[in-house]
Amino acid sequence: MGRGEWTRRLAAGAAAAGLLHLCLAQRAAAADAAASWYDPQRVGAPLVVLLVFSALVLYFIHASRRGRALYIRRIAGIQAIEEAVGRATELGRKVLYLTGAGSIDDNQTIASLAVLRHVAGLTARYAVDLDVPGRDPLAFSAARETVQEAYLQAGRPDLFRSDTVHYVTYDQFAYTAAVTGIMVREKPAANFLIGAFQAESLLLAETGQSTGAIQIAGTAEVTQLPFFAVVCDYTLMGEELYAAGAYLSNEPAMLGSIKGQDFTKAVLILVILVGVLLEILGVHAIKDFMAIAG
Amino acid sequence: MFWKLRLPLALTFIVGLVPIVTFFLSTQAPVIGPAVQFARDRVERYMVIIAGFALLLGVVSVVQGSVRKIERRRPGWPFAASLLAGLVVMGAFGILSAMRVGPFQGLLTAPDGGMTPFFWMTRNLFNPLQAAMFSLLAFYIASAAFRAFRVRNVEATILLIAAFIVMAGRTPLGEYAFGWLPGGERWLPAVTDWIMTVPNAAAQRGVIIGAALGAASLSLRVILGIERSYLGTTEK
Repeated sequence: MGRGEWTRRLAAGAAAAGLLHLCLAQRAAAADAAASWYDPQRVGAPLVVLLVFSALVLYFIHASRRGRALYIRRIAGIQAIEEAVGRATELGRKVLYLTGAGSIDDNQTIASLAVLRHVAGLTARYAVDLDVPGRDPLAFSAARETVQEAYLQAGRPDLFRSDTVHYVTYDQFAYTAAVTGIMVREKPAANFLIGAFQAESLLLAETGQSTGAIQIAGTAEVTQLPFFAVVCDYTLMGEELYAAGAYLSNEPAMLGSIKGQDFTKAVLILVILVGVLLEILGVHAIKDFMAIAG
Repeated sequence: MFWKLRLPLALTFIVGLVPIVTFFLSTQAPVIGPAVQFARDRVERYMVIIAGFALLLGVVSVVQGSVRKIERRRPGWPFAASLLAGLVVMGAFGILSAMRVGPFQGLLTAPDGGMTPFFWMTRNLFNPLQAAMFSLLAFYIASAAFRAFRVRNVEATILLIAAFIVMAGRTPLGEYAFGWLPGGERWLPAVTDWIMTVPNAAAQRGVIIGAALGAASLSLRVILGIERSYLGTTEK
């Protein structure tokens, strides 16, 4: 059985499980909560959304693998990556890449590593210096593997040095001081600030801006997004960050998952609109169903 | 292939399913309850243990990089020397104090009630340096705000007006400046609250919902082994 067939079956299984869940949820309402093998307060909207979402994503992965053309909108920040590395090549200066404050269990860090892989491939191809100062130890180890592999795949393992990806510190402001120092002293031509950032976001971005570097940022931290949007040349906002790796890989399975995500968003927008309408009419069914306990 | 790809992918699939499955399962259930509780607790703890080992790799990287920089007298090598000195001094005092070796009895407080050398350095060197870095944020916010609020187009103008109202409504200076207007003490906080809880919250929620779906989509790709860049490979 091929991979496509597996995907199709998984999608069908998820959809069937969704229907089964609806039946179970009705029965569970009558059952004693303590004796139930699942948490009745949590088995409601989250499980339905999870199953619908998984079914849609798996369906579009399957469709994409079968050759269906999927349109993914152009993301300016991703398109500018090559321009930024090209600029560093012309100026003969390094590219600085930060994976953020998150560890490897943070989705933003995983998304950042996917972009790092692409950036490292470009710096290897153009023979530009890449500098990746690490903050989280696990993310640092993964970044080193990612960059080393990217250099190998680009046919330039000789350009990878152990200090291309180097560790700095786990402390937030000590790390910020070290990185802003690199920005001011070595003046990288391009700065990538992609991942989970906290209060250091503006300190890093504003320093980078003052050195004249082209800056591409990306984060899903809502409180830090305005800072990046104001200071950086391009900003990948929230979902764009998560889509970046898939967009850059151009693999059908990856693009299919983005399409499934977009369709789920459309479904959620519809549910929100209907929910608002029903709330205005005094019907609280959707609001009650979507409420998550505990 | 097995050790570098298949085994990590299999582990990712299993470990990735644990938080999803345990979220829905009840810890009160007769048979699976203890297992659910065990999985919820242990995954977090294992993460800390693995991070400890990775931190060791980080320290090795710092030492190697700094020593190389000093040996070759690369630009900025005195910074590397001061970093190494800080690492050795703080590290040595911290480890000796934690292990209670010789005169170093206790990490924070000495037996006579005074500060230990480690705590003294943390309090008088490290914390002020951290505070100095953080305090720079105020200046950077001012310059970023100046750039954001320049009137270039309609959107920037709306942003400027909204920011002005919010700042006036949330500071005593705003109350003092507009309090003399008829009803000024009431409408300014009300308009500020409306801006923050309606248009601002709506925009933030849009980003949050999109980001949450993006994160879920990425998680699904990771669990199913479609996204594998975090392994340092894209091999099939």
